[in-house]
Amino acid sequence: MERFKQKHLLGIEELSRDEIDSILDTAIIMKSVLERRIKKVPTLRGITVANLFFEPSTRTLNSFLIAERRLSADTINVSKSFSSVLKGETLLDTARNLEAMRVDMVVIRHSVPCSPHYLAERISASVINAGDGAHEHPTQALLDMLTLRERFGNIEGLKVSIIGDILHSRVARSLTIGLLKKGADVILCGPPTFLPEWFEDYGVKITYNLKDAIVDRDVIYVLRIQRERQDAAFLPSLREYIRYYSVNRDVLNRYARKDVIIMHPGPVNRGVELAPDVADGPWSLILHQVTNGIAVRMAILYLLSGIGSSGGVE
Amino acid sequence: MKILIKNVRIFDPASGIDEEGDVFIKNGIVSKKKEETRNIIEGKGLYLFPAFIDIHTHIREPGGEDIENFESASKAAVAGGYSTIFMMPNTEPPIDNDGMVRFVVKRARDVGLVKIYPVGAATIGRRGERLTDMRAMIECGCIGFSDDGSPVKNPRILRRILEYLKGTGIKFIEHPEDTELSSDGSMNEGSLSNKLGVPGIPWVSEASVVIRDILIAEYLSSPIHFAHISTEASLDLIQFGRKRGVKITFEVTPHHLLLDEDNVKITDSNFKMNPPLRSKRDRKALIKALKKGFVNAIATDHAPHPLYKKELEFSLAPFGVIGLETAFSTLYTEFVRKGVIGLNELIEYMSVKPAGIFDLKTGMVRDGAPADFVLIDLKKKWKITEDKFHSLSRNSPFLGWDVYGRVVYTIVDGKVVYKEGD
Repeated sequence: MERFKQKHLLGIEELSRDEIDSILDTAIIMKSVLERRIKKVPTLRGITVANLFFEPSTRTLNSFLIAERRLSADTINVSKSFSSVLKGETLLDTARNLEAMRVDMVVIRHSVPCSPHYLAERISASVINAGDGAHEHPTQALLDMLTLRERFGNIEGLKVSIIGDILHSRVARSLTIGLLKKGADVILCGPPTFLPEWFEDYGVKITYNLKDAIVDRDVIYVLRIQRERQDAAFLPSLREYIRYYSVNRDVLNRYARKDVIIMHPGPVNRGVELAPDVADGPWSLILHQVTNGIAVRMAILYLLSGIGSSGGVE
Repeated sequence: MKILIKNVRIFDPASGIDEEGDVFIKNGIVSKKKEETRNIIEGKGLYLFPAFIDIHTHIREPGGEDIENFESASKAAVAGGYSTIFMMPNTEPPIDNDGMVRFVVKRARDVGLVKIYPVGAATIGRRGERLTDMRAMIECGCIGFSDDGSPVKNPRILRRILEYLKGTGIKFIEHPEDTELSSDGSMNEGSLSNKLGVPGIPWVSEASVVIRDILIAEYLSSPIHFAHISTEASLDLIQFGRKRGVKITFEVTPHHLLLDEDNVKITDSNFKMNPPLRSKRDRKALIKALKKGFVNAIATDHAPHPLYKKELEFSLAPFGVIGLETAFSTLYTEFVRKGVIGLNELIEYMSVKPAGIFDLKTGMVRDGAPADFVLIDLKKKWKITEDKFHSLSRNSPFLGWDVYGRVVYTIVDGKVVYKEGD
């Protein structure tokens, strides 16, 4: 495997097709670790990882924590409510203080787009983007691509539709970029307020009609709808959204291929963007995504740590 | 007080002069009769222009004396070749009463480097609700009125402002922006902002207020001035308004002329200002308007912010960039040297025309004219770096640029207020 040369994981945008492959290949090795009885390797012993989560997150934070611990890294967590952020400390101050404590890697989740990029230019630790505003969520896209690769063997040529609040979704952006780099065919679908025409500039098809995003697709990727969007006039009502965009059994039976796959980045609003029986049904790969999240994050931590060939996982 | 400037290239578009010669100044005005003086400036190799006039400067005093006070703003202005600057009212507290106007006038006089004219707030607290005591403020030295930084949201209040100013000869300056449409945006809305997931400021947030104001001004037969026009649509609407006979003037900034959204570095808030750097198409339209003589002034919108505030994530950093010390050199390098506009046009846009909007006199090489001049070495190349600024702030989008044209002397009312290297 070619040596991974990136210092940070800021976005899928910054990765080449080969780099994506090398992360996914590494993740498969990591996944085998997860299936052992003793699920821990000493690879990152002595490496300290700080998890800076300035936005509420349980799933992603826990996934990173487990990945870090499986690799024997030391971890500390900084969240908005417990940090000096409330005392007026800036992100840069926080990061520089961590750096002064000799932290090697920083995992950051922040509501401001491009804040990981901002940090990466100003500190010497490796920066991993765990979600920056509506911009990118690269580890999510990578775990989704790993899930697709496991299921289909190859991402090239796959027909994927992403449905929901595309505008505010970092998952949609990262996944779209990643899938296009791997040669998939992507349709984005949602009400026009969630789907400005600028998305066409990615080289994807956009549609406001759910049916067009369901017919003859391999994968239906459903995004979480945030209830507060109604207040900012993006949506008339949840009822109206559900009526026209909720992915339910009826819609699938009528328009979808029999072997269609349903994915969702979680947490699912059952009965809003996804009907409960669909989320939990045989189509769903949602729990595979969760497991793969750990493998992908282990792979990222390992590759960015620079341990490389000297201290392998075998 | 006498000064003799010898062998200087006199370049005065207002009088149509472009020749090498001497300029003699006595008691603050140009005098035809040369007299003996030991006060000689050797002008060989230098151009003498009417000093520049910036009709849009933010000084942060009171409220932000550590960011830009009267001393630092004055030094920055003269280092940039300006004899005259307009001070916008969004200080803390704002310039919204005659006492505050007096304060500005006194502070400017105490520093005594550059002429500073206060622009008063049109509404109390710049809240867009109640008119300020505009007559009293004019009496104390207000040159114009604006809630700059904010638009006048309520069209009824705008109407009253324009009406109340009738007969005073004093203009209202609009900051054209629909803040509901701008919302929480921090860069131009478009494909690029969408890709970055950064909330955008659409061009229509500017243009929709431009047309609203034009129609209200037409209805009242009042003049109106627009600050920092940045979009093609606004230009078209201004043309439409002028065709209907509305007296519209407007300014454009050096950064909107020289940069567009593709120059935005999302990890560097020195590229964050309001209005934001627009699309290539908008920038082209601004340049075209400049070439056609459609523009009334180039104004800097000099907006100092300290590093500790600008050194934040893009969306969290304040809007604004400084401009007094880079305006001439950047525009001269990119536009005049590359043949986009002529030197005379640049001087007109930076001096003669802005003076005309507000009925001010500029420096002229004519007997009895005020001696407000800038002497520039056009061949001198320099790099824009943080250490060169006299401003207390460093938030320039032009850091690292190699430019031509260095201000060597600035003369205000016949007094040398800036000498390079001093």
